[in-house]
Amino acid sequence: MTSDIKQSPLSRRRFLGAAGAAGLAGAALPARAQTPDPLITDVQDWHRMLGEGVDAHPYGSPSKFEKHVVRRDVAWLTASPVSSVNFTPLHELDGIITPSGLCFERHHAGIAEIDPARHRLMIHGLVDKPLVFTMEDIRRMPRENHVHFLECAANSGMEWRGAQLNGCQFTHGMVHNVMYTGVKLKHLLAEAGLKPNAKWLMLEGADASGMNRSLPVEKALDDVLIAFAMNGEALRPEQGYPLRAVIPGWEGNLWVKWLRRIEVGDMPWQAREETSKYTDLLADGRSRRFTFIMDAKSVVTNPSPQAPLKHKGRNVLSGIAWSGRGTISRVDVTLDGGKNWRHARIDGPVLEKSLTRFYVDFDWAGEELLIQSRAMDSTGYVQPTKDELRKVRGVNSIYHNNGIQTWHVRSNGETENVEIA
Amino acid sequence: MSKSLKPLLLAGAAAVLVLGAAPLIAQTTKPAPAQRAAAPAHASLGLGRLALPEEIKAWDIDVRPDGQGLPPGKGTVKRGDEIFQEQCAACHGEFGQGNGRWPVLAGGQGTLKADRPEKTIGSFWPYLSTVYDYINRAMPFGNAQSLSPDDVYALTAYLLYLNDIVKDEDFELSRENFTAVKLPNGDAFYDDDRETAEKSFWRKEPCMTNCKAEVKITGRAAILDVTPDSKSAPKVD
Repeated sequence: MTSDIKQSPLSRRRFLGAAGAAGLAGAALPARAQTPDPLITDVQDWHRMLGEGVDAHPYGSPSKFEKHVVRRDVAWLTASPVSSVNFTPLHELDGIITPSGLCFERHHAGIAEIDPARHRLMIHGLVDKPLVFTMEDIRRMPRENHVHFLECAANSGMEWRGAQLNGCQFTHGMVHNVMYTGVKLKHLLAEAGLKPNAKWLMLEGADASGMNRSLPVEKALDDVLIAFAMNGEALRPEQGYPLRAVIPGWEGNLWVKWLRRIEVGDMPWQAREETSKYTDLLADGRSRRFTFIMDAKSVVTNPSPQAPLKHKGRNVLSGIAWSGRGTISRVDVTLDGGKNWRHARIDGPVLEKSLTRFYVDFDWAGEELLIQSRAMDSTGYVQPTKDELRKVRGVNSIYHNNGIQTWHVRSNGETENVEIA
Repeated sequence: MSKSLKPLLLAGAAAVLVLGAAPLIAQTTKPAPAQRAAAPAHASLGLGRLALPEEIKAWDIDVRPDGQGLPPGKGTVKRGDEIFQEQCAACHGEFGQGNGRWPVLAGGQGTLKADRPEKTIGSFWPYLSTVYDYINRAMPFGNAQSLSPDDVYALTAYLLYLNDIVKDEDFELSRENFTAVKLPNGDAFYDDDRETAEKSFWRKEPCMTNCKAEVKITGRAAILDVTPDSKSAPKVD
């Protein structure tokens, strides 16, 4: 992964060299072309010859010119690629919906391949009637559609001690945002009938990690969805096909994939993924547990290290903001390292616990920039700086790093992940 | 529709649904208070079927800190050592020290305030039940759910020994004495307190203009952007 990142600035530099002269005039119209453009004066192949027919791609894929838009991993992060993570290419995306095939993956024992006809969901424990559901049963229940972000608790976790990975795909790409279709968990629980002492649920996956997490019953009865579809089609295998939990606003680890069992109890289970992992060690040696909610966060995706500025004059700064506590109410952007801020323009749907797209249309004369974004949510929470977070938590809490990201744009447009004071 | 018609229609709908749910026990469910507050009052969907005791037994493998879920069984440190060397040591090392980037299971006591804490079962994990539950459900990596209850008790006993929590090689862990074992870091966890400890992040109006006089770059990814070595690099496991 590092070699690719190191290579890309070279090609960017060539591009900037060519574009620089034309762009120097700044906001003025580009100079008159010196010679006619052969892309206009010559008849191109695609204008003369027939293209592929409608039967060429029963399930389409992106243009061959978009081959670089892929999930990437960082091999040294984990001991094994089957208990590992890869990253969504945020710098190549726009709007708020993540294409299903680009949604980052996090598995603890690889991708379980499950025939939906052979999948079962069991609900038992402190219920009146322990139940077994087939996928057919679940598809006969009242359905809902919701757009939510799924962010890994460890997103940006490698950045606690300082700027390390050069690209928002790697610093912020453990997040995706899709429309889920499924059944509210509260309907399933109503079928089983909760006992009065039901306080916690344990969700368990059917994969070889047997992923299990404890979920408070209040959340389960609020907005938790048991989903079988994403972005209009069945879940992808790597996203839990045929059934997964959707826990809006809460850390991704709770969104148990390949969901096969829900046990109802009166206390949390203290599973490995809520004791050894997904607990947040603070400087005094004690640890927070059950830090479920993902706080308000944002990142500028363009420009960013993998997407440098290519043109002087007019540019579009683009980014995403999200909050596990509600909706995004405002995003501010600075170009001078936090001396002065402006309100970004939020565009497109602003949904509960969903990615929200923002833009700043700006002119660039080639000066160095220190770009940051700062999200605010409907509870009044203001995204903190990394230093503000470190002051409370130290640098060893691994998870829940929602600190403000800084990109340094050099005068040639190259952009780097930096820390500032 | 008129108000007087509603009860009739509802009664009709309920009857149809009960018929549809014939294999189930009659709908005598009394909703829990929390459910009454949050769930819409609707008739049963009549979907799903009763789980049989054999089915619940087959899948209900979880173990809680109070011992709920522990199966009958027992195992000694010595027996655990044998199984560990055969099934676990290739990744976790003979003494749980972890080979390469595989997880370290023992040691690290007293390092949680250090610059580079070593979080192991002995130094960090709060409950022994988690050790049993996790080994039983997910280990060995690539051959999960292959160990017997006695094997898991023995391995758990060996991990206690590697972490100096029991000193005697003849120590035998069983369902009976399991909950008497306390791990050293058991009391060092507390529930999420961000809304109080970090209440300063809920501030009315952040600064917009002339917020600071000077800005300097204090760290760069390009400088750190050599592939970090396996010892100091952050881990995802």
